[in-house]
Amino acid sequence: MTLPTPIADWFAARGWAPRAHQLAMVAAARADRHALLVAPTGAGKTLAGFLATLAELAEQPGEGLHTIYVSPLKALAADVQRNLLTPVTEIGLAIRVETRTGDTSSDRKKRQREDPPQILLTTPESLALLLSYPEAATMLAGVKCVIIDEIHAFATTKRGDQLNLALSRLQTLSPGLRRVGLSATIADPEAYQGWLAPDADASAVTLVTSEPGAAPRVDILIPEDRIPWAGHNGRWAARAVMRQIEQARLAIVFVNTRAIAEIIFRDLWTENDQALPIGIHHGSLSAEARHKVEAAMASGRLRAIVATASLDLGIDWGDVDLVIQMGAPKGASRLMQRTGRANHRMDEASHAIIVPGNRFEYLEALAARDAVLAGELDDDDFRPGGLDVLAQHIFGLAAAEAFDADALYAEVRGSAPYAGLARAQFDAVLNFVATGGYALKAYDRYHRLTRQKDGRWRLTHPKLAAQHRLNAGTIVEAVTMNVTWGRRGRRLGQVEEYFGAQLRVGDSFGFAGQVLEVTGFDGPDIHVKLGRGVPKIPSYQGGRLPLSTHLAARVKGLLNAPARWTDMPDDVREWLEVQQRVSRLPGRDDLLIETFPRDDRWFMVAYGFAGRNAHQTLGMLLTQRMEAAGLQPLGFVGSDYMVAVWSLQPVTDPRPLFSPDVFEAELADWMAASPFLRRAFREVAIIGGLIDRQIPGQHKTGKQLSVSSDLIYDVLRRHEPDHLLLTAAWADARAKLTDIARLAALLEQAQRAMVLMPLDRVSPLAVPVLLEIGKESVPGAADSALLLEADALAAEAMG
Amino acid sequence: MAVSLSFAGEALEPLACGALHWPAQATLFVADLHFEKASAFARRGRLLPPYDSADTIAALIDALEVTGARRVVCLGDSFHDAGGPARLPEGARAALQALTASLDWLWITGNHDDAAAAALGGRVMAEAQLGPLTLRHEAVPGATEPELSGHFHPKVQVEARGRRIVRRCFAVTATKIILPAYGAFTGGLWVDDPALAAVLGGAALAYVREGAHLLRFPVMPPRLAAE
Repeated sequence: MTLPTPIADWFAARGWAPRAHQLAMVAAARADRHALLVAPTGAGKTLAGFLATLAELAEQPGEGLHTIYVSPLKALAADVQRNLLTPVTEIGLAIRVETRTGDTSSDRKKRQREDPPQILLTTPESLALLLSYPEAATMLAGVKCVIIDEIHAFATTKRGDQLNLALSRLQTLSPGLRRVGLSATIADPEAYQGWLAPDADASAVTLVTSEPGAAPRVDILIPEDRIPWAGHNGRWAARAVMRQIEQARLAIVFVNTRAIAEIIFRDLWTENDQALPIGIHHGSLSAEARHKVEAAMASGRLRAIVATASLDLGIDWGDVDLVIQMGAPKGASRLMQRTGRANHRMDEASHAIIVPGNRFEYLEALAARDAVLAGELDDDDFRPGGLDVLAQHIFGLAAAEAFDADALYAEVRGSAPYAGLARAQFDAVLNFVATGGYALKAYDRYHRLTRQKDGRWRLTHPKLAAQHRLNAGTIVEAVTMNVTWGRRGRRLGQVEEYFGAQLRVGDSFGFAGQVLEVTGFDGPDIHVKLGRGVPKIPSYQGGRLPLSTHLAARVKGLLNAPARWTDMPDDVREWLEVQQRVSRLPGRDDLLIETFPRDDRWFMVAYGFAGRNAHQTLGMLLTQRMEAAGLQPLGFVGSDYMVAVWSLQPVTDPRPLFSPDVFEAELADWMAASPFLRRAFREVAIIGGLIDRQIPGQHKTGKQLSVSSDLIYDVLRRHEPDHLLLTAAWADARAKLTDIARLAALLEQAQRAMVLMPLDRVSPLAVPVLLEIGKESVPGAADSALLLEADALAAEAMG
Repeated sequence: MAVSLSFAGEALEPLACGALHWPAQATLFVADLHFEKASAFARRGRLLPPYDSADTIAALIDALEVTGARRVVCLGDSFHDAGGPARLPEGARAALQALTASLDWLWITGNHDDAAAAALGGRVMAEAQLGPLTLRHEAVPGATEPELSGHFHPKVQVEARGRRIVRRCFAVTATKIILPAYGAFTGGLWVDDPALAAVLGGAALAYVREGAHLLRFPVMPPRLAAE
């Protein structure tokens, strides 16, 4: 394996030698193979991905687009441009490297379509948009290589569906295209090879792995060996966390949701005796505010930053030497990823500290540490591609040029997430895109696509292409209001509309690490100034991921390994020992169910270890069945580890309540009325192009220009329950919000290996979930009943 | 529990569907039907389900059957746009014509529609007086006569046990009732929105009909203040 002289000289001049995996990537390219590189942070992944391109361009300089690089983050694309330009300049290659993202001006984009650079750095969204222009076919006809960075961050999401469809399109436009994937360490590389390959053929992709990095150091922080019964974010340990920050050069404090980021930031600030500079970073802050914090990190002006998943990916923003995870990480892969943020040299150990929120989270933290040290990560959940994403893709292609349905079907089937797509489903999506897909043929005049004489499909009106480009993309945010300094001031970020609508002038809320006082409103804008006092904290939809199946199994393993208990803090060890004495511990493969009376009620606790989404769905199912059995259920609460249900009558035989028969049918009505399905529907309606995306700052005139997706959902459900978008919404809600698959597995397990423990009082293991009662909102309770309750309360308060 | 409210000396009953029933006059008031909103969107490339007019008419027929009302007053914006009546699907058109033929039917014009609805039967007026009640599309701030109107599509958000519940509501003061929007695809404006507060002019209540109950929530002071 030899590199072209200028590149070999460049390595030599710097006293470097190309690493084995870097050369292996060049070899794969020379053999005309697709390739997937799996390597830890700091292994020179980006250069490995580009090296073959640089070699080819050094040997055969030429105009025209050679390589497209796709990154999940705009900022990453910009960072790679900087890092790539250095070697390109130093080697002396005459290559243009340009970015094309949402931040690129339309003039520049137009110029790129006419006179493309050799290397284009972009995002999945911008690539999809590029494909919607008529010039795309010419521009992309000769492209040799596409590099997908951080492939693990895309592949199982709708952005991944969109990107994979774009790959299929690129392959059609340029049949010789070589696909390259760059990934962090993953559990199942072959699944990713299949995802990357044309026609999902994993054998067409060469797998290249680097030597492993140094094993990380993961500690669990338990100040004074005490750990609380309840809580999820480690707030109780704020003082000890601050002491750790004082010892470090630069620490990232990871939390699991945006609301908790604000809360932890305040807690740390209270303990910050030395007034160290601390920042905050999350997805609801404005891009400007985030860039400011990133720049402060990079230049060494910060000592710590409280962050959400917004910092999971990306760039060497500064010299991070410590990562602190507040609350359990919920997955081994996530912990591994976050740990990698500390220290970007692969031969040095990175250091992470986990601060568990409660006793169960201690076990989970320990399980996650075991998994990371053993190098065993979570399996990724590959799902069939979304039909809403396919609809958007088809419309985008129509915006570029007329297409033949048979050829497009073949091309779409070549995309891994759609490999199993039946022709009937494809036709249904095409029909939806063209006509709305309704049984009632009311819109003959308003079709969006029409068939030409030659049988190909085209747009009925060019205006539709512009509308499509304005609304394209697969990331759908909640409706938000902007937070701005004063009337004309800078934008600080966004809060969700329901929260903003509750605020009054003079109210305070915590945002961007500050207390803000509302001074006024202007349509979607909330004007603020600095305030004081104890603020409300805005909360955001979603954000909390359920415990991974892999970690759940490891936690059960720890419960069944008393030899490990001796190293645990006294609080945890005693908790498990007493549980063993008064009840028993959940086995590795059984389903433990405890029943006990308390406060004139009967409780039933099932230790399912199936994650909070599946447990909440199970709680709904159990209460429905208990109602039918006359057991008079009163409520339920679910956590990642278990679900508790309480009732007026005792459960003596839980087996029929856990029957797997027809449970989906029983849940159908509840699901249909639940906020889960409505939320999922809004997403598919926007992605599928049924309704417009709300662009922040543009919904001032709101009510006439938009139609609430909830209202459309209600009408559609009444008239066309089998409509394509309802099907798509069901698929999303089942997978992401209710975890039906994990629930089904749990019910099967209940039939096989249920262990019933009737107790005379609450067991130690059940305490954490009972402490959640009243804190968690219960998705099952009827809105109507809650409204009556609220009215009664108001009446009582008003006399 | 009373499901009527007393207004201008009359007993008026808010219905769950968003209509206001006046039993003494066998009259049903509805506001902002926005017929053919879906097809207005379809013209611009957003192919919403083409069932909104049919659903809105079906809800109206249900309310008429339950109340036995003989008179219907539509408080403006009955069509989403002036071209709406021409786009009405045949079934919905026939149903609407049958209603206007058999009942005393009054269209008040709004800002979205004009007199085009007259083609479907019924009378068209910009404003009307019925007993003590002034009927118009958009409330007049500071007006002292008892007034029923629409236009603002009020809705209310109630927090209970960590859940947010949103309902269309009737915004009520001593001299004004602003009806919720009736149309299947009509969204809403928070009842405490500054625009609505400016029109209501003072202490207001949000009424929500929930089954056999008439719920009453105080409207928080307006969100607007001088900076």
